[in-house]
Amino acid sequence: MTAPVQAISLRKGRLKRPEMATQWQLMWWKFKKHHMALVGMSLLAAFVFSAVFAEFLSPAVPSERNNSYLASGPMGIHFFDAEWDFHARPFVYARTTKRDPVTLRKLSVVDESNHWPIEFFVRGSTYKFWGLFETDIHLFGAKGGFIHLFGTDTLGRDVFTRTLHATRVSLSVGLAGVSFAFILGAIIGGIAGYFGGMIDNAIMRLIEFIRSVPSLPLWLALSAALPREWSSFQVYLAITVILALIGWTHLARTVRSKLLALREEDFTLAARLSGCTDMRIILRHLLPAFMSYMIVDVTIAFPEILLAETSLSFLGLGLREPVESWGVLLYAAQNVRSIAHMPWLLIPGLFVVFAVLAFNFVGDGMRDAADPYSK
Amino acid sequence: MIRFVINRFVYMVLTMAAVSVVAFVLIQLPPGDFADSYANKRQQAGAPITAEELDNMRHQLGIDRPWFVQYGKWVSNMVLEGDMGYSWEWRRPVTDLIGERLPLTLLLAFSTLILMYVVAIPIGIYSAVRQYSATDHIFSTVGYVGLATPNFLLALILMYLGQRWFGQSVGGLFSPEYQDAPWSWPRVVNLMEHLWVPVVVLGTAGTAYLIRTIRASTLDELDKMYVMAARAGGISPMRLLLKYPVRMALNPIVATLGWRLTYVISGAPIVGVVMSLPDTGPLFLHALLNQDMYLAGGMVLIYCAFTIIGTFISDLLLVLLDPRIRMEGQA
Repeated sequence: MTAPVQAISLRKGRLKRPEMATQWQLMWWKFKKHHMALVGMSLLAAFVFSAVFAEFLSPAVPSERNNSYLASGPMGIHFFDAEWDFHARPFVYARTTKRDPVTLRKLSVVDESNHWPIEFFVRGSTYKFWGLFETDIHLFGAKGGFIHLFGTDTLGRDVFTRTLHATRVSLSVGLAGVSFAFILGAIIGGIAGYFGGMIDNAIMRLIEFIRSVPSLPLWLALSAALPREWSSFQVYLAITVILALIGWTHLARTVRSKLLALREEDFTLAARLSGCTDMRIILRHLLPAFMSYMIVDVTIAFPEILLAETSLSFLGLGLREPVESWGVLLYAAQNVRSIAHMPWLLIPGLFVVFAVLAFNFVGDGMRDAADPYSK
Repeated sequence: MIRFVINRFVYMVLTMAAVSVVAFVLIQLPPGDFADSYANKRQQAGAPITAEELDNMRHQLGIDRPWFVQYGKWVSNMVLEGDMGYSWEWRRPVTDLIGERLPLTLLLAFSTLILMYVVAIPIGIYSAVRQYSATDHIFSTVGYVGLATPNFLLALILMYLGQRWFGQSVGGLFSPEYQDAPWSWPRVVNLMEHLWVPVVVLGTAGTAYLIRTIRASTLDELDKMYVMAARAGGISPMRLLLKYPVRMALNPIVATLGWRLTYVISGAPIVGVVMSLPDTGPLFLHALLNQDMYLAGGMVLIYCAFTIIGTFISDLLLVLLDPRIRMEGQA
């Protein structure tokens, strides 16, 4: 009769029974103790959310040009107007265009007497949501005018919109690169660890060699060698492969060393004596035992790949327009002159920093959690 | 000991050979050869080149021969005559181009390396001894952010701030008046005034990483029994710290010196480009963007050579520092 009572208190999380918990439960408990890892986790969730719903969350479409707000700064959201009257509905000040009397350049001037209230679920430019259906509803927008939270670039494109869309590309390139690296590392590391001997030795030398060569110049040279006439999608795929070539060595090492260690464990011997096939031993007994370590390595490899992609694209050797990643956006901020006039073009860079930070925190938490039995 | 050194030396030579193959593959990788792109340029200029001329050119350059002959020629020229090929973009030998700019890259890399160790070792030890103190937390936070910021972004931010608050351009390595001046004491001072920005940019992430490693390895050592025994023996705390745990904690630091150098060399081109330094960075990027592959391949080779030599030196240093490795194979 005690069983239901215990189940309830378990669900409430009050009573933790380490001797009854599964491996993954133990890991989760340990992970939860790492506060920064939880912060990183929520940050990543936010990134993924904005990547998935980028079209809906952004007030414009990425290619849209606003000719009356060229190369102008972020527009602040206000609750109080110039007379310090409170507005329940936040607003941005209206902008009017004027010509500079000397240079004749179009200038955008703040018009404090006029407000553009911010509204939700407004109709704006049409877009195809996930390429499935057309709609023109955006999460927010400024009624009677426009809103550029992060300012605009020289063509009048909304930096906020473009950054959200770039989040999707950057994360997906990273994810594809990491997955590819994961497969590569698992296979090569698996071969090294399983066969041992000469093959193991050769693979280890190869990994050592790759790690002792300065990576960035090599990858820069590789991507520079891509044919110029390739479409942006082909380049996207090629860059993913190049990025994967950076990440796999670490994973292969982990897989190999864990395989070598686990091969000698008693439970492996027991499985072999019970007549399990090699494949079954690998998949049922060995793989689950070091899966957690591989996940840790993937989390650690992700920021590395993210930074590499950003650097490649920033130099104009990675992804190219019209594909937009954080690095592609930063390409516009390459020289001092443009950042002196338009510092807001560096905002996508902050996204990179936060994404890498989040991954590092989560990776730290996972590294501690991967071995839940250690103190 | 001798065997270890010979072992590492042979390994270094083999790695260099492997790198030269990689560099050569890179040179050959772009579709079409130099003759094609030259023909293209002539075509665009309105003076098309005949097929015969093209063949002559191929023959003259030796690019009509099989790849292993070309590779052999490239390597033997390099080793015997110090000739790394010809940059068609610059119409000058690759060796000259690299030779002009390499000293600055080296100066940058070594200043960065020195700064990294000078800053990271004391901070790392302090953070370990005063674990979870306010200072420790501050350094970890700075470290995390430093690790997460791409080099070029840091460079851009510093340049923006420099422009904004000091009204000076922090790009380049010399003020305009010293740009082409002969070497003199004021010019050296001027160089030092400019050098710290790229050094800081290049070194931040590495320093952050080093601090973390030193902190972790010192913490490991602090808990060991021999430290307690020494403390019980009444050695003064400072002497104890420096003589036992720190000495042990330095091993992994020296062992990874080669990797740190790899890391710095790896980051150098991009910083050079962003800050428009007169070092090899912009030259390299320019070569890549124009598929001037002899120059690009030569640069990859040079960058790799430095890290390989650096790794060799760090192996030797480790032998001097850690008797366990020295004894290996003797027992």
